[in-house]
Amino acid sequence: MNKRAFPALIGLSLVFFGVAPILIVRAPNEQEMGLIQKIFYFHFASWMAMYLAILVLGISSALFLFRRKPSADRLAVAAAEAAVVFGLMGLITGPLWAVKSWGVWWTWDARTTMAMILELILVAYLILRAYGGPGSDRLAAGLGMFAMANLPFLYVSTEIWRTIHPPTSVVPQLPVDFGLPLWWSVAGFIVLCLALLTARARLEEERATLDRLYLALEDE
Amino acid sequence: MQRLYDMSAVPRERTTVVRRWALIALCVGCLGILGAPTADAAQPTQQSAPDGFVPMDDVPAEEQLPAAPLLAAAYIVVWVIAIGYLWTIWRRLGSVEKELADAMRRVDTDGA
Amino acid sequence: MRRFLQVAWLVVRKDLRVESRNKEMLLTTLFFAASCVLVFSFGFVRGGEAIDGSASGVLWITIAFSGTLALGRAFERERHHDALRGLLLAPADRPAIYVGKLLGVLLLLAFVEALVVVMVAFLFRAPLFRHGWWLLTLLSLGTIGFASVGTLFSAMLLRTRSRAVLLPVLLYPVTIPVLIMGVSGTFALVQPEPDLALARLWASMLVFFDVVFLTLALWTFEPVMTE
Repeated sequence: MNKRAFPALIGLSLVFFGVAPILIVRAPNEQEMGLIQKIFYFHFASWMAMYLAILVLGISSALFLFRRKPSADRLAVAAAEAAVVFGLMGLITGPLWAVKSWGVWWTWDARTTMAMILELILVAYLILRAYGGPGSDRLAAGLGMFAMANLPFLYVSTEIWRTIHPPTSVVPQLPVDFGLPLWWSVAGFIVLCLALLTARARLEEERATLDRLYLALEDE
Repeated sequence: MQRLYDMSAVPRERTTVVRRWALIALCVGCLGILGAPTADAAQPTQQSAPDGFVPMDDVPAEEQLPAAPLLAAAYIVVWVIAIGYLWTIWRRLGSVEKELADAMRRVDTDGA
Repeated sequence: MRRFLQVAWLVVRKDLRVESRNKEMLLTTLFFAASCVLVFSFGFVRGGEAIDGSASGVLWITIAFSGTLALGRAFERERHHDALRGLLLAPADRPAIYVGKLLGVLLLLAFVEALVVVMVAFLFRAPLFRHGWWLLTLLSLGTIGFASVGTLFSAMLLRTRSRAVLLPVLLYPVTIPVLIMGVSGTFALVQPEPDLALARLWASMLVFFDVVFLTLALWTFEPVMTE
């Protein structure tokens, strides 16, 4: 599955990313925020990709924990790294937008707080994988499930509290001029996310093979 | 002697495919980065003073930050992070594959 | 269900008996909490006046710090003579063992909190007892949320290297929501004009998080602890 999947995915994501700037440049400026609103197309898309990566992380963690599938564990590592990467994009593009439209780089409103917490949990996950040593894989799977449990809170955080951050519910109501470049970018980010997942899981598979080889060599 | 290990997961001809494609993607992506600022820089000339732009309530208009550099920075950051991450995967794959090849050679000579 | 509670109670009683012999965990954690509050009061109290709103933060940070200290050693005893294996081999529900351990930690933290609340009220001149029941509600809900995750992680970390470092690294990001809610709820209580509606909102959010954390912990304890 891996053999063709990665080239196809990375090629497809390049197509998406190549066309996206054209669509975004041609999209009309938003009335109140003007040019800066165009950050939104990549900002929102990177969070969507992070949601996807965290879903993959949570589900594969559960699969590893309850079904003991080693391949699920490898996918979980890949998903956690991808989630950190896309979360970083979201956390950097967010302030660049906020400094223009809110007047501050960062504010602790419900959405930004939850996003930062989730990013911290994922970084903690990677630290655990790197320094936990043997026996930490199951703990990491538990942590992955806790990360996924935070996802609904992140999603509804703008609906529960009245906050400065625009609510998620504006997205489906966007006019087509804004909607097309937005969903195009989201598709591009999701394909990129899948490509990164494939490549990273591949790396983990090869590491596992290498470990088996070394074990075989020691046995001889 | 019997082979204890299972190499079916990583046949040899496959190992370099991911790396090769990652390299191509890296190169194209770098071109994209070089192209991105020009695309963004070209834009303000078309729409430098968007109609109906309402300034922040308490910030006078002359103190407003220009939007174009922030926008360009955001897009460049996204590109740099994506390509940087792809590059780290590519490098890690390279070192693991090298080690894998070494180990396989050792197994082959031992087994022969 | 009765058997489940029996097992949990047995684990609590075992820990209590060990603890009552030397009181090591209780005394060290209490001392640590007290010195924490003192250090904070050197930082945040100037000329007898605490910096505005610092009391609720100090209260919860101290609970989190001393909670981490207690959690780090909740399972430490089981490491000696492979007692954990014995505990896990016992013909009992694994989640019951978890609940027993959690109750032990909660009991210990209740003592710590009693001391910390009095010290903060005294040193920071915070009107913590004005709405004592609300404070008690927030404290118990917040502590349950914090300790439920902490007990699970501390059990999981038993088998890994560098436990002492990894526990806070993993625990704080996951429990930050609980701490934020506790701090905000307490702040609503101690400000000059207490806002009970706001405190209730934060308390109900805490209930929500507690339920999620406890469910996840009970669900994952079994597969995580299985060899």
